[in-house]
Amino acid sequence: VVELIVYGIILGSIIALGAIGLTLVYGILRFANFAHGDLMAVGAYVVLFVVSWAVPTLGLSGEPWSPLSFGWPMLVGLLVAMPVTGLVAIGIDRALFRPMRLRRASPVILAMASLAMALILRSLIYIGWGPDFVFYSQALRPAWRFPLGVRIRPDQLFILALAALLVGLLYLFLQKTRMGKAMRATADNPQLALVTGIDTDRVVRWTWMLGAGLAAAAGVLYGIDAQLRPDMGWNFLLPLFAAVILGGIGSPIGALAGGLILGITQQVSTAYLLPTYKPAVAFVLMIVILLVRPRGIFGSA
Amino acid sequence: MPELGGLVAYLVSLATMAGIYGVFCLGLNVQWGYTGLFNVGIAGFFAVGAYTSAMVTTPMPTGLYAQYVTQLFGLGLPFPVGLLAAGLVAGLIALLVGIPTLRLREDYLAISTIGIAESIRLVFNNEQWLANGPRGLAGLPAPLAGMVSPAHYGYVYLAIVLAVTVAVYVAIERGIRSPWGRVLRAIREDEDAAAMLGKDTFRFKLQALVLGAAIMGMGGALYAHYARAISPDAFDPLYATFMIWVMVMLGGSGNNKGVLIGAFVVWGIWTGTTFVTDYLPVALQARAPFIRFLFIGLLLEAILLLRPQGLLGEEKLVSRLIDEQAPRA
Repeated sequence: VVELIVYGIILGSIIALGAIGLTLVYGILRFANFAHGDLMAVGAYVVLFVVSWAVPTLGLSGEPWSPLSFGWPMLVGLLVAMPVTGLVAIGIDRALFRPMRLRRASPVILAMASLAMALILRSLIYIGWGPDFVFYSQALRPAWRFPLGVRIRPDQLFILALAALLVGLLYLFLQKTRMGKAMRATADNPQLALVTGIDTDRVVRWTWMLGAGLAAAAGVLYGIDAQLRPDMGWNFLLPLFAAVILGGIGSPIGALAGGLILGITQQVSTAYLLPTYKPAVAFVLMIVILLVRPRGIFGSA
Repeated sequence: MPELGGLVAYLVSLATMAGIYGVFCLGLNVQWGYTGLFNVGIAGFFAVGAYTSAMVTTPMPTGLYAQYVTQLFGLGLPFPVGLLAAGLVAGLIALLVGIPTLRLREDYLAISTIGIAESIRLVFNNEQWLANGPRGLAGLPAPLAGMVSPAHYGYVYLAIVLAVTVAVYVAIERGIRSPWGRVLRAIREDEDAAAMLGKDTFRFKLQALVLGAAIMGMGGALYAHYARAISPDAFDPLYATFMIWVMVMLGGSGNNKGVLIGAFVVWGIWTGTTFVTDYLPVALQARAPFIRFLFIGLLLEAILLLRPQGLLGEEKLVSRLIDEQAPRA
């Protein structure tokens, strides 16, 4: 069980990265973005493109770094995928969500548009790569042994470290920079933010850049830990929303805590249930939260 | 004239499927079109209806067959019982989803219905004892099969489907012109205002959700007895949920005639595109279904951006009493 909890923390850190992005978008743009899981998948496949096509085509060799299953192309891919996914999200916002906001469409219509966008993104991945599972690397690396019989692969330590680094950077950004403060102000009260002279268009662009960038990182880390599949975004949707609701909509710290709780719950549940039931476990947990504390643990409004 | 015969058979199957989808669209119209409930879990009610009717109408497997097929129960009852049971069980599930979520923000219902649909699919896929797991159930009875020769049975089933569709249509049209229907639309427009007028909006929303889901369950039964065999794959959220949303949004939410037109148009486009993808380069043919999904997704975005009210838009109607007087005025 200790091992399952450790794996749960690793899965939870991936869910948390996705959920933090989702909660930022939810809090600032005020609609449920059902395409967020598929933005994770977009990021994961951009890295696949870099690692398995761009780097070999340029005649470069990216030998894996000894204890890890991947080499420098993965880091380059990640640095490419995060801004690319962010730009994809900004492009979607320009073409789709912005005209709807200007028309003052209800949040439900925006949520429906995001659902259709999820289908579009997934179809594009299917068209590009087909429906099969893919792995970033065929390299097999032995797991390290830790006390209490816990075995962890070096890759998984990398996932934890990178997730922690990204969360730390985001925290500094939100606390210390002008844009971070503007984003928090907009999430608290959009009308007030507008009258105090905050450039809401810029806030929207930054929100998508950060939210989708973190989603891309989450997708890549999941790809390193497990495998890539076109429907991975759909399978992450329930845990992401459960984590956001658990933490309280609009609260990044809540989403972090919610993501970790979700990850641990899902992994520990595999001791008693089939692993395929993980999304259902997330759903049941979400219903329990809605019944007991609909505002979430850290929610205020 | 074999070619003409093929065309007629094609049109009959097209109309049958479109009619079945029409029933789902009417159910969604009660929830979304009139009450504004965002149900993204149609696939779940679809599956529950289909499996319920399958297990009510097929007998329990015996002998050698029982080694290959396991199901929780098999009653061997006639089709109308299966149809009603399908509506009943789907409505019951909607009641269970609605109670915790309808008091909360509207987007919580959306994510909860996604969750229930996914969970239902996972249960049918993994629990062998319930309904034979991923292999599903086969050998569903065809209602009124003895009436005509098997070659002409397609017409009989089409008539059954259309009869159910018309019955549901008439029932909803009557309901929506009643005081009950006016409360639903008041909730959709401004729930707080409806609550201020002393309406128990939670109860009305719950009734709309359950009624719509029961209609969807009956649609699932109609599908099951048309396909004669069902498996969890058939209830993929892409097919079952998304297609129906596109139909309702295209036809015009809040307009029962509109959503039926939407069902026929979108199903026609969907089956029509199979002919188009035959002309694709061979390399892309294997991925043709995904190109069609892409097109359906783009179609919904285009509707939402360019014509959010759909083809017909909402009918302005208040009461059936006024409608009856209108020609005389």
